[in-house]
Amino acid sequence: MSRLLPFFGFILIVALFAFGIHWNRSHDMNWVPSPLIDKPAPEFNLPLLYDSTKSLSRAELLGKPYLLNVFGSWCVTCQDEHPILMAQGKALGVRLIGMDWKDSPDAAKRWLAQFGNPYDTIIADADGKTGIDFGVYGAPESYLVDAHGVIRYKRIGMLTPQIIDRELKPAIARLQTTPP
Amino acid sequence: MLPELGQFALILALLLSIVQCALPIWGAWRGNTTLIGIARPAVAGQAVFVAMAFAILTYAFVTQDFSVTYVASNSNLALPWYYRFPAVWGAHEGSLLLWILILNVWSVAVAAFSRHLPDALMARVLGVLGFISCGFLLFTILTSNPFLRHLPALPNGSDLNPILQDPGLIVHPPMLYMGYVGFSVAFAFAIAALLGGELDGAWVRWARPWTNVAWAFLTLGITLGSWWAYYVLGWGGWWFWDPVENASFMPWLVGTALIHSQAVTEKRGSFRAWTLLLSIFAFSLSLLGTFLVRSGVLTSVHAFASDPRRGIFILVLLGVVVGGSLLLYALRAPKVAGGKPFRLFSRETLLLVNNLMFVCAAAMVLLGTLYPLVGDALGIGRISVGPPYFGFVFPLLMLPVVLAIPFGPFVHWAAADWRATWRSLRPAVILAIAAALVAVLLFPHLSTRGILGVAATLWVGAGIVLYALKRWREAPAGRRYTPEMLGMILAHFGLALFLAGVLVSESTSVERDVSFTPNQVQQAAGLDFRFTGVTRVRGPNYLADQGTVEVRDGTRLIATMHPQKRQYDGQQMQSVAAIKGGVFRDLYVALGDPLGNDAWAVRIYVKPFVRWIWFGGLFMLFGGLTAAADKRFRAHRVEADAPAPAIAPAQAVA
Repeated sequence: MSRLLPFFGFILIVALFAFGIHWNRSHDMNWVPSPLIDKPAPEFNLPLLYDSTKSLSRAELLGKPYLLNVFGSWCVTCQDEHPILMAQGKALGVRLIGMDWKDSPDAAKRWLAQFGNPYDTIIADADGKTGIDFGVYGAPESYLVDAHGVIRYKRIGMLTPQIIDRELKPAIARLQTTPP
Repeated sequence: MLPELGQFALILALLLSIVQCALPIWGAWRGNTTLIGIARPAVAGQAVFVAMAFAILTYAFVTQDFSVTYVASNSNLALPWYYRFPAVWGAHEGSLLLWILILNVWSVAVAAFSRHLPDALMARVLGVLGFISCGFLLFTILTSNPFLRHLPALPNGSDLNPILQDPGLIVHPPMLYMGYVGFSVAFAFAIAALLGGELDGAWVRWARPWTNVAWAFLTLGITLGSWWAYYVLGWGGWWFWDPVENASFMPWLVGTALIHSQAVTEKRGSFRAWTLLLSIFAFSLSLLGTFLVRSGVLTSVHAFASDPRRGIFILVLLGVVVGGSLLLYALRAPKVAGGKPFRLFSRETLLLVNNLMFVCAAAMVLLGTLYPLVGDALGIGRISVGPPYFGFVFPLLMLPVVLAIPFGPFVHWAAADWRATWRSLRPAVILAIAAALVAVLLFPHLSTRGILGVAATLWVGAGIVLYALKRWREAPAGRRYTPEMLGMILAHFGLALFLAGVLVSESTSVERDVSFTPNQVQQAAGLDFRFTGVTRVRGPNYLADQGTVEVRDGTRLIATMHPQKRQYDGQQMQSVAAIKGGVFRDLYVALGDPLGNDAWAVRIYVKPFVRWIWFGGLFMLFGGLTAAADKRFRAHRVEADAPAPAIAPAQAVA
């Protein structure tokens, strides 16, 4: 009987691991509490990708809500997210602002010429400083900012059709009802 | 085209691994020489295809084929060519392929160097190795294929994690895996012995050199990892009790117990069942480490991107391999304790203490590592126990080991004489106490830990030197030191160096976080650190702020140091500390954040003796390799020991 003890001990450990996997599945590991939710979006003033003599600031975007999508031509997941934005971006009912993050403008333009441009406007954050202010972990990330410049929703990682239906669209619908 | 060939190669390797597992074991059971003969060609064939897959993935990195997702995710155009090779194993999929490649290297080595062993045993050993390889190949092909395409190809990839862009990374993972995976050989020998029912000590003698070599590589891998953490992570620490470090440390602890228990079983016939169990444990903990690192069950700085399917797959693999072998052990391990009797004061007892303490330490590390998970399961929240727990319990468990070590070589097998041992070791005791007293007098501020460190170092160090001298005096020239004994002396001496490094450096290090403005001078440990400012420098794929700090001892300039804070072109930031190393003292300067007005946060460390930690690891490495080279293990004793025909059907379950 004592010879079976190591086996039983091992079974306990396996049960613990199975529980660990189950726990990870029932908790979204991408969910990171953002201190910026329901806080004003950080100040920024960045050049436009297609015309670097002009720029766009946080103040100029006030008045109507927008979805800020952080992307880069170097980012593998952004390329997977891209067709979804191409298909659904226009139907969201908010302006889609692209932020080309830590990227060379020429590479980004080539990338957009190849795959299409879903954005209403694109700003270039070449050195990533504005990304740090927003607390960007890695591309892609998306921030829903309301008419008063307050961040109402944040997605770390790709916007999948499910996420858009289950999380993003309800968040956009709530913008109309949320008091300033 | 090539990546697809790589995938075919993996699938062919998988098929060959099934052949290598099933047929020879079946053949050994039925006594069929033809099936047994398949083992070696299958090993060779599998190794060729795995090597081909690995070469193709490496080629994709070197030529920067960004149509392969794995390549695009872990390298970019600016990555210098010499980092494209380690980039192959910079993330989950490629490191898994490296794991499999190394398993094949071990299998080929076993097949090549074990021609003098009984064919049936060899067939079973290679079969077990084939089974493990089959599990990992399936895992790779089903859940972690490194050859997946991403079409259309990306113009550029994202970057290799910059903390991995370091020469240390080129060698650290392969060495670590050589150790991890190497325990699969001791495991395969144990399972083969259980399957065949040949539980006399013979299999242990053949398994010993393999265990020693695997242990030596694991020691090197851990030492390199610790050294890398020290000079790359920029915190000045060398061990963090991080779950992934623990994952490599647990097999090391059990492996240390195993090499000692194998010695007892081989020479005295005792501890037979225990040696079998430790062989299973050592490799099980390697597999468990793989599971912990790659399933995402525990998160850590090392965590590979995790996918729940991967976690479930490895858990099933772990269950089959470890659960199966523990059941086999329960069914077939020797029922009666064999071996020659021994008294309380004997080498056997000392090695039993060694075994108990090392296994307890491994259990303690396992418990601490899994604690967050236990907390979740019991509903008391995800609490992790950190360095305070490990740092308290681990030294307590190692204390008996340190006290007992110098006795080991002096105490005879079976029964020993107290008085003779005391006479031999008296100088070491006196030296240790005297050195502690001198340390107290010279450095009144030295902590208890530091004093114990001095005493422990001299006790262990002098103890082993005394033994070396005794052999020199008493044994005839030419037979003074067998490689096995020399290996033991080197490894134990390495432990003395390690103790000095840990205990003295931890109790006497000076750490200061300062705000530095240019031309300001700060003092630490009696040295003047003068900051002359920060300039911008350009590296091959990064832009860095580089500080300059001049260190003076009185008026003499002893070092000019250049800590950097790098911004990689990919996206990531990395601080690179400047280290001025020395045998007795390391100076360590790391650049923090700018504080405005040209002021910078700078971290200064003065660490006496810290290098001895890694010197100790190197001595242990050479000890393990030297012991493995002993000719005794390779002696052609098969004919003499086993008059039975080389191929015998398995004995019935006793």
